[in-house]
Amino acid sequence: MTEVVREVTLPGPVDAPRRKSMGAGLIGWLQAMPLVLVLVFFLLAPIVMIVIVSFWGATEFSIYPDFQLDNYAFLFGSDVTYRVFFATFKYAAITWALTLAIGFTVAYFLAFHVRSQSMQIALFLLCTIPFWTSNIIRMISWIPFLGRNGIANSTLIEWGLIEQPLEWLLYSDFSVILAFVHLYTLFMVVPIFNTTMRIDPVLLEAARDNGASGFQSLVHVILPLTKPGIMIGTIFVVTLVMGDFITVRFMSGSQRANVGRLISNDISLLQYPSAAATAVILLITVLMVIGILLRFVNIRKEL
Amino acid sequence: MEKRQLSFWFLAAFFVLFVLFLYGPTITIAILSFQGPQGGLTFPMRGVSFHWFRDLFQEQAVGDIWGAFRRSLLLGLMVMVTTVVVSVMAGLAFRKRFYGSGLLFYVAITSLVIPSILISLGIGLIFNQLGLRVHWATSGFGAQLTWTLPFGLLIMFAVFNRFDKSFEEAARDQGATAWQTIRHVVLPIIAPSLIGVALFGFTLSYDEFARTLLTSGSYNTLPLEVFGMTTNVTSPVIYALGTLTTLFSFAIIGIFLISAWVMGKRRARFGSDAGKGV
Repeated sequence: MTEVVREVTLPGPVDAPRRKSMGAGLIGWLQAMPLVLVLVFFLLAPIVMIVIVSFWGATEFSIYPDFQLDNYAFLFGSDVTYRVFFATFKYAAITWALTLAIGFTVAYFLAFHVRSQSMQIALFLLCTIPFWTSNIIRMISWIPFLGRNGIANSTLIEWGLIEQPLEWLLYSDFSVILAFVHLYTLFMVVPIFNTTMRIDPVLLEAARDNGASGFQSLVHVILPLTKPGIMIGTIFVVTLVMGDFITVRFMSGSQRANVGRLISNDISLLQYPSAAATAVILLITVLMVIGILLRFVNIRKEL
Repeated sequence: MEKRQLSFWFLAAFFVLFVLFLYGPTITIAILSFQGPQGGLTFPMRGVSFHWFRDLFQEQAVGDIWGAFRRSLLLGLMVMVTTVVVSVMAGLAFRKRFYGSGLLFYVAITSLVIPSILISLGIGLIFNQLGLRVHWATSGFGAQLTWTLPFGLLIMFAVFNRFDKSFEEAARDQGATAWQTIRHVVLPIIAPSLIGVALFGFTLSYDEFARTLLTSGSYNTLPLEVFGMTTNVTSPVIYALGTLTTLFSFAIIGIFLISAWVMGKRRARFGSDAGKGV
């Protein structure tokens, strides 16, 4: 942890480290205090609580303080755990690849092919507005599309492409990933668009003057320069998918599982210690993934 | 201006498809919510009616959605105000290095990336062990702040990264105190961005589900109520509710965007008031 902290480079002013720094440090602390309080009480304390409870015992109706490793032993001893973690990574990987491909294409179009700035802003807002509406409703709205008698099936039958309705459209891995892509592609579009907008057009001109084809300047100029945006988008998409439980539950009709659902199932059975142990492992996994991704990008500088 | 290349049309078509993909399903349920009384969850439409909207207004048909709406609205406003105030203060703090600022930044990022269910579970456990009752306005409120505050903070970083410090220096040179500088120089300049923070604060709270799940207590917020409906309501009434709440979200987004736009316009019209103060 200390190693990570040391790497932080703050863009703060370097011009005021003199006599005022004591007072300024105090003011900074006071200004940050409300944030600190919220994070201590509603983020750090809950994490500590989960870690503690993960060592507790449970009866059918209640939990009791203890120090036992049974919850972890059970977790690591069960096939289900490995299958479910694998499924979680699978969802994350597939969703990541799709959202990246779609998000990059959309951001590239907005940044380099839309010429007027007001048009750019309008189209960009068009892409971001769904982010501010309800995820649950957006999931529900796939039902008339994907259901057995839904729009997709009836259209395909009408076109003569299939005889029987496709069963795998809804309540399957397909619908889960479709919903993830639908919900989270904007998390790719926004940061990638943000970085592409900062690419100096002169660089592209230079590439062209030196004989680069459009594709070559895309691969050798634009792509490397948008890497920070891609990383930020990746952090969002990967963590949202890995921590999800509701999309998987709803879109798979409870037929698929990921780690989040494992936790929420234990919670609904009041098996809090077991849920807590799974949650601890999930948190460690997610933080490791993020730790790796943060090595490639300085979030604060890129905003 | 050069001629549009083939790649433009290809990408434009891709973009249109993407927008259809984003909005298509929502538009579909909006249409289906006007199903006739005999209509089902998918096409064909069996007549056109307001039947399912009427159902929404009869309390016995669908649980306590209006109570849930009021709670979500109030909670959204509470979270919005808190998010704006706390984010601005923290944003100001982060402009200078202070002891632990690096650590605090990483904790805020953790708050953003932590699986929501951990917040829900952890807060639920703490309240449970302390013998406190979870309630949407206490535990639910705190749980939602762990989601909205990091967004607010990141927006403030983006704002202050672009902030021209010479305005502040000018104010200081003219003898303004630290507070006067913030109140009369910094805050007015960043005001339009605060609308953005407020928009995030309200909408993220209004639609939040996972972190509120175990922390809202016996009274549901609207998303929880809607999710509850998905398991036991199998009529287009749920589409009607979805349509109404989406329209409400659009209206809120519209209000925020228009006020940001108006603010920008006014500023452009009146321009800088530099030199008029004397």
